[in-house]
Parts: sequence; structure tokens; C-alpha cells
Amino acid sequence: MKNVLTIYFKEMKSYFNSPVAYIFITVFLLFTGWFFSSNFFLQGQASVWGALTVIPLILVFFIPAITMRSVAEEKKSGTIELLVTMPTRDMEIILGKFFAALTLLVIALLFTLTYVITASSLGNLDTGPTFCGYIGLVLMGSTYLAVGLFASSLTENQIIAYIIGWAIVFVFFMLDKVLMFAPGPLVSSLEYLSTEYHFNSLARGVIDTRDVIYYLSMTTFALILAGRALESRKW
Amino acid sequence: MISVRNLSKHYGTTIAVNDITFDVQKGEILGFLGPNGAGKTTTMKILTCYMPPTAGTVTVEGKDVMDSSLEVRSQIGYLPEQNPLYLDMDVVDYLHFAAELRGVPKEQIKARTKKMVELCGLKDVFSRPIGQLSKGFRQRVGLAQAMIHDPQILILDEPTSGLDPNQIVEIRHLIQELGRQKTVILSTHILSEVQATCNRAIIINQGKIVADGSLEQLQAAFHGMERITMEIKAPKDGCIDKLRAIQHVQKASETSTSGDLKRFVLETEKGQDLREQIYDLCVREGWKLLELYRERTTLEDVFRQLTKVETN
Repeated sequence: MKNVLTIYFKEMKSYFNSPVAYIFITVFLLFTGWFFSSNFFLQGQASVWGALTVIPLILVFFIPAITMRSVAEEKKSGTIELLVTMPTRDMEIILGKFFAALTLLVIALLFTLTYVITASSLGNLDTGPTFCGYIGLVLMGSTYLAVGLFASSLTENQIIAYIIGWAIVFVFFMLDKVLMFAPGPLVSSLEYLSTEYHFNSLARGVIDTRDVIYYLSMTTFALILAGRALESRKW
Repeated sequence: MISVRNLSKHYGTTIAVNDITFDVQKGEILGFLGPNGAGKTTTMKILTCYMPPTAGTVTVEGKDVMDSSLEVRSQIGYLPEQNPLYLDMDVVDYLHFAAELRGVPKEQIKARTKKMVELCGLKDVFSRPIGQLSKGFRQRVGLAQAMIHDPQILILDEPTSGLDPNQIVEIRHLIQELGRQKTVILSTHILSEVQATCNRAIIINQGKIVADGSLEQLQAAFHGMERITMEIKAPKDGCIDKLRAIQHVQKASETSTSGDLKRFVLETEKGQDLREQIYDLCVREGWKLLELYRERTTLEDVFRQLTKVETN
């Protein structure tokens, strides 16, 4: 646990000592800000729905960019050899990196609360769905981050890490959008595997344990895979 | 302290390390010598629990590197080849980070860092990003990181690569100091390094140990020929033929000439001391003998002999 924290703080420092965090947050806010404000005044409704529902798609593209560096860079520069020969477990390294990336995501999401504040000052905001939507975003973001970390631990090339991470995340994102092509008996299970299906269900304002369990188990599974990929040097 | 038994490592079909066995005692400074690709780094990577062996076992104080990996790792300080570092971190942050991960108790971290900064001469670069440091300073940071938790065993893969001659002397001195209480294993392909720092050497070639022993033992066991270097002042040419005519001289060559000054290297048969004959010759011919010395078998000869025989 102590090691997780040590790695966590080191990662946080490296995010915020380099332009990575600032560029990520700025560009993320530019995109979400545009989606929030472009039709906010047309709708005539105090709602952040416009931004909230488009963030899952934005995250598909942004999150692999946060995580692509995590392990791939260490493999490339050789520092991974130092890290894994210190008395730490491989999983502690992965967890430290995961929580640091998650913190960065949460910070970016916190900035989008300005939309919520703007909307609620102009009218009566439906707080339930908004609150649950944010929880959904954090949960879904965790899953994407874990998948991104897994992709990053497969290779020492950051671009490959990005593309693999993006591809996996994108498939899970698209699953519930291509159901019409799926054979009948598979529809419900494919829908269950889709990341956005669960987000939509949370964003309606109900925290359903099925959705929470889905995200947590997906995240755990991807993190375990990432740990195994890091251990692959031992195979 | 460390015992390696029948260790082998295969990468696909290539055999990097082939059935090696050795022990290292406490207080030994062991030099791992070998040509490039001999298996030095691979062996070190297994000792530090970075990768598992294909066959064989390594135990550190009775604990297996695979089964009790965490315990073994906490006793080892490791400087990998190429000295990988986090270039975006400050020296002090990096040392704190290494100290925490290597399990130094929180209240001792500051003191240990300070000690390492003094020991490795990092005072001037204490708060600079590692990426801005010269190679020599980076190497010192790497060493500081490896020693910060006061480990019982230090494994250093080419610790002096990239350092200037003064720094090399400093680092060797440091290693010798440490070697009094700790076990040090260092790899190198620079022979003088082993002569300067180690009290035992293992020569490894193509994944196999070809020699193991103290430097004196190695030199005694592998006599090469002896070499005599001489410099004379002689106005005439043709000196070399007269030198060749001396009995037991196998080879003579003129290495440099400038005016009357001539320099020769003679190789002689084993166990023959020809210095007297050479002196007599000079007196007879009226050459002025300016320099004359005999080189005994060096570690370099031993090394070349052993690694050449194997490759042929």
C-alpha cells in the first residue's frame, strides 16, 4: 500500500511537472465546453445533458492519451527494470499509475462542474441525473484508464499503446450501437458489455448496482491484465 | 551469501547463460568479465529478480530469487546497464522516491539521502532535473540510488561506463570502500577496472564460466608469453635483426623510430628472462639503452587467451 502511494505521488508529479496534465485538461475543457455551450441557449433548458452525454465519446479519444505513456515510456527508457527490481509488487506499480491517472481525470471532470454551476444559476437543474452522470463518468473513465494502462504495458511504443488502447475502448463503446447487426440471442449480453449502455442507465439518475459492478469488474479485470502484461518478462 | 547453481537462460534458441555455478562470499568484490554478449548482464538480471532463469537456482542468504523475490530484492542495490533514470525528476526527488520504494524508514530518508549526496558528490546538482545532468553525474545518481538503503549486496552493471578518468578513480575508490562490509558484484569489459577494484574475477564467455579465482590465481594459472619493451639510441639501422638473433626471442618488432631513437617490443618464450642478454648486446654494439622493462602475464593476456580459444 505504501508503495502504491509512493508511485502515485511520483506519477502525479510527472503529470504536473510536464505539459501533459495541462494540455489534457485544457483541450478536454475546450471540447466539452463547446458541446455544453453550443446548444445550451438554443435548448432553453437548464441542463448539462449536452456535455454529459458527449463526454463518453470524448473520453474514448482522450483517455488512451493519458495512459499511453505510463508503462510504455518506462519500458522504452529502461526505468522499468529499476522499478521492478525494487522490493515492490508489479501490481503495486500498476495501481499507483492507475490512481494517478484517475486523479488527473477527476480533476478534469471537476473543472466541468463550471457548466453545472452555470446551468443551475440560470434555472432549475435536475441534480439527480447530473450527480449520477458524474459518478458514471468517473466509473467509465476508470475502466477506460485501466484498459489504456493494459495497452501501455504491452509495448514500449507510445503510439502503439495509444492505438491499442483506443481500439479496445472504442469497441466497447460501440457495442450497443451496432446491436441491430447482432444475432438475436447475443443482443442482451452485448448490450451488457457495452460501456455506454451502463453510463446511460446511470445518467438517467438511478445508481443501479449492476452498472457499478459492471464498471468495477471491467476495471479490475483490465488492471489484472495490465499486471500480467508487466510480468510477461518472466514468461 | 549468494550462491548460483547450474544457472541457464535461453532466449528462444539462443543460449545466453549456459549452466554456470558460483558462490560469492560476504566482503568480496567480484568482477564479472567477458566480451560483449557473454551473458554478464543476463546473469545480473537474474540475480536481481528481473527475470527468471530457464534452469538452475539462485539463492541469496538461503532465499531463492524466485520464491522469496521481495525479500531478496530488498537486500540488493542494483545499477542496471545503461543506468536508466527518470529524466524529468530532480535528483533529490528521485533519491527520496528510490529510498521510499527500497523500504528506508520514513524518518531516515532525509539522513540517508544526505549521506548519499555526500558520498557520491551530488551536492552541486542536488535540486536539478536529472535530464540536465552530464553523464558522469547521472552515473553517480544511479549509484546513489542503488546504495540508498544500505544494501548488503550491490550489483553494478558497468558502473564506470561514460565517466572521465578522474571520476572512474573516484567511483572505484567508492566501490572498494563499500566492498569492505558489503558484497559487490560488478560487470565490466574493462580489464584494468577489475585489477583496480576487485579481489576476485569470473571470466565468462559465451554463457560459460571459463575462469574463476583471485587475480593472482588467474595470472598464475594462465601464463602467457613474456614481453620486453626497450628503447635505444643507435645511429645505424638493422638493430632489429641483431635482436632477433638472441636465443629464445620469438618475435621482435620496431614500434617507433624517430631519428636515432628506436623502440622495440620483443616477445620471448615462457619463463625466459632475456634482459641481461639484451643489455650485453647493447654494450657490444655501442647502443645507448634508455629503457628496458619486462611485462609479466597480465589479466589482459589471460582474458584474451580464454575468450579467443573459446570462439575459435
